[in-house]
Amino acid sequence: MDHGTAAAAITVQHLSKRFGALVVVEDLSFSVAPGEIVGFLGPNGAGKTTTLGMLLGLLLPTRGRIHVLGLPMPEERQRILARVNFSSPYVALPGNLTVRENLTVFAHLYGVRHARQRIGALLERFGLSEMRDRPAGRLSSGESTRLGLVKALLNDPAILFLDEPTASLDPDAAERVRDTLREVRAERGVTIFYTSHNMQEVERLSDRILFLHQGRLIAEGPPGEVLRRFERDTLEHMFLDVARQGISAP
Amino acid sequence: MKAARAVESGMGRAHATMPPADVASGAGFSAERVFALLLRQLYLYRRSMIRSLEIVYWPVMDLLVWGFLSVYVARLRGGGAVAIAFLVGAMILWDIFFRVQQAISVSFLEDIWTRNLANVFVSPISTGEFLCATMLLGVLKVIVIGLLLAVLASALYAFNIFHYGLPLLPFVLNLIFSAWGMGIITTALILRFGQGAEALAWAVAFLFQPFSAVFYPVQVLPAPLQAIAWTLPTTYAFEGMRAVLDGHPLPWGYVAWAIVTNAVLLGIAAAVFARVMRIARELGLLLRTEG
Repeated sequence: MDHGTAAAAITVQHLSKRFGALVVVEDLSFSVAPGEIVGFLGPNGAGKTTTLGMLLGLLLPTRGRIHVLGLPMPEERQRILARVNFSSPYVALPGNLTVRENLTVFAHLYGVRHARQRIGALLERFGLSEMRDRPAGRLSSGESTRLGLVKALLNDPAILFLDEPTASLDPDAAERVRDTLREVRAERGVTIFYTSHNMQEVERLSDRILFLHQGRLIAEGPPGEVLRRFERDTLEHMFLDVARQGISAP
Repeated sequence: MKAARAVESGMGRAHATMPPADVASGAGFSAERVFALLLRQLYLYRRSMIRSLEIVYWPVMDLLVWGFLSVYVARLRGGGAVAIAFLVGAMILWDIFFRVQQAISVSFLEDIWTRNLANVFVSPISTGEFLCATMLLGVLKVIVIGLLLAVLASALYAFNIFHYGLPLLPFVLNLIFSAWGMGIITTALILRFGQGAEALAWAVAFLFQPFSAVFYPVQVLPAPLQAIAWTLPTTYAFEGMRAVLDGHPLPWGYVAWAIVTNAVLLGIAAAVFARVMRIARELGLLLRTEG
């Protein structure tokens, strides 16, 4: 695959991250096209969160280059971060502020004009209008996840980075989140780069998957194609084989 | 079926295309982003009566204890408004220093406690904007605390700090600069060592107290400690305050030295914070979801 930076939403070239002697990500290269939904998979400790951290400028690579929207990270960190956004169930919005207060703060952080209308429209879309004056800490897991997504869509991002967007959601709520992500992509052409441990979700939502194991990319392509290559029926089987036996691409 | 479910849950109800957001470019220093972080803290105070009371509770308690003690000491010595002025004035200025330093560190801790740190740092906020917001929060707190303590001191001890007027202002400003420096260093240490270091937010200021000649003149200290005291910007502020309260003209020498030592302190603080941010980005400390 061509990992050129020109037209790609994300380009990663020979990326490595070490913490002392511990190699977490090793010689990782991939690119993501604008408007693509890419599932970033791998067992715990595979290096997914570390890679996500480097893409978002929270972590500095030991080696390699990252371009997001054609701009180098971390050199152009501010310009990139103004045009992307992130959500994770493991990163909370302050629970002691109301839904509306939280979103107002982040609207100012992202320089969103007409913030009140934008917040109102997004809350309506995500079924959170009734919760606008409730402290964020009193929302259910499903509502918190949706609030995280509202925050992530405030600045109309070109790329949405999501860390396990449906973790801790029941199947119905998870499906609704997936529907919304598809709609957002269809409407706005948003690139979605997300991690997940829900293999069924990945098969249904992703245009393409990147499978990471022990810091290295072991598979890349549309889910069906990867399964054929690995001679597995489902991504879940493939995931288990990788996690337990460390199989690599044939 | 899918549409029915969406309507039932209230989510995805508005299937009409969302209009694009009108968003600023993100590059350069943004007063709006500074305002955003400031607003985040102000919301907390507006929402929590306990938190709002906490701003004034300790300073008022300090003023009462030290104020009445000063009155008692003054009476033992057969009077002496100057003794009261020294102690009450020192107490007010000390609280200004302490609360500003604490405001900076605690507002950072707030983001660690609420697991919000990564959200803040994946926004286009710069380190300068982040620090600027916390420093402004300190100044806002000082205005509230300073006015309240001044009114109370006037009512309870007939000590009118405004009577001394502008000569005290350079020392108050220098104490704010010192507090910014110490607050930034404390925040850097909390970022580096995690929630285990949060006690520093309350303790660091008191490390300065014995050597800053807050409640007594520098001459009281043993000679080696006097040498240490004169390296601290806070010492010049408190010595200068005593000179002004004692009726002397504004000691410009103390003002100048306070500015010089504060410039050094703020320079060190900026270097320490920049270094720790670099370490944090190398070690993934900003990705921490708990302390």
